[in-house]
Amino acid sequence: MSTDTPDAPVDDAPSRAELAARVDELEDALADATSEDGHKRMSIIATKGTLDMAYPPLILASTAAAFGYEVTVFHTFWGLDILHEERSKNLKLSSVGNPNMPVPNAVAALPGMDRVTTRMMEKRIADNDTATVEELLETSLDMGVEFQACQMTIDLMDYDEDDFYDGVTTGVGAATALQDMADADIQLLV
Amino acid sequence: MNTEFDITETLDVTGASCPMPVVKTKAAVDDLAEGAILEVVATDPGSMSDIDGWAAGTGGVELVDQEEGDDVYRHYVRKTE
Repeated sequence: MSTDTPDAPVDDAPSRAELAARVDELEDALADATSEDGHKRMSIIATKGTLDMAYPPLILASTAAAFGYEVTVFHTFWGLDILHEERSKNLKLSSVGNPNMPVPNAVAALPGMDRVTTRMMEKRIADNDTATVEELLETSLDMGVEFQACQMTIDLMDYDEDDFYDGVTTGVGAATALQDMADADIQLLV
Repeated sequence: MNTEFDITETLDVTGASCPMPVVKTKAAVDDLAEGAILEVVATDPGSMSDIDGWAAGTGGVELVDQEEGDDVYRHYVRKTE
């Protein structure tokens, strides 16, 4: 009859019950791996502190948060100034080294020229109702973006933890950033 | 306007430019109940593409309609869950 059980299993072959348990285990693991409970993640490394380069990480961070991403922005070297409450309000735009500037580099290198180009940019930002760096940062913080200040750079620049906006994470290093990047769906170096 | 739906609330983001229309829309939708429709009034021409892309890439919202006026862009977003 067809209900006959096959020959007794070889000594080291798993039993039917063991196989069933193993299948259950794998199905659970598969469900965990494919479930939608985890948010998408974005990791940005912000390394620049000029007025123009403060915008891309903040705009992308706030927009990703609006998409429901979990966002971390790791600020290192001059990028740290974006998180510095006082310095973030006085970020400068360099007049030198950008061939799109309306003045030649030889003129742009004159004393005071950075102040002129910075003021020009600030005026355009105000006239255009573009959000300020501070507004974007506060908005991003409200939306749950995690801003991290590189501890090594804090020490290097001789900044104090109290210099940063409330809600900024300090005491983190490259290993934290690397872990975030490894876990993220999008990684950007700005 | 030929709106065939009831607007629950209106969000005014006139004057604001990228990324604020999307960011403020997201915040406003969060405060709404399921099924509610948010009208977003913007002057940023980029909001036509941005809010469309945001709605397509975000769970729990659906872009019901968009209207392009002379200087004003209206977006209607339904909260679906």
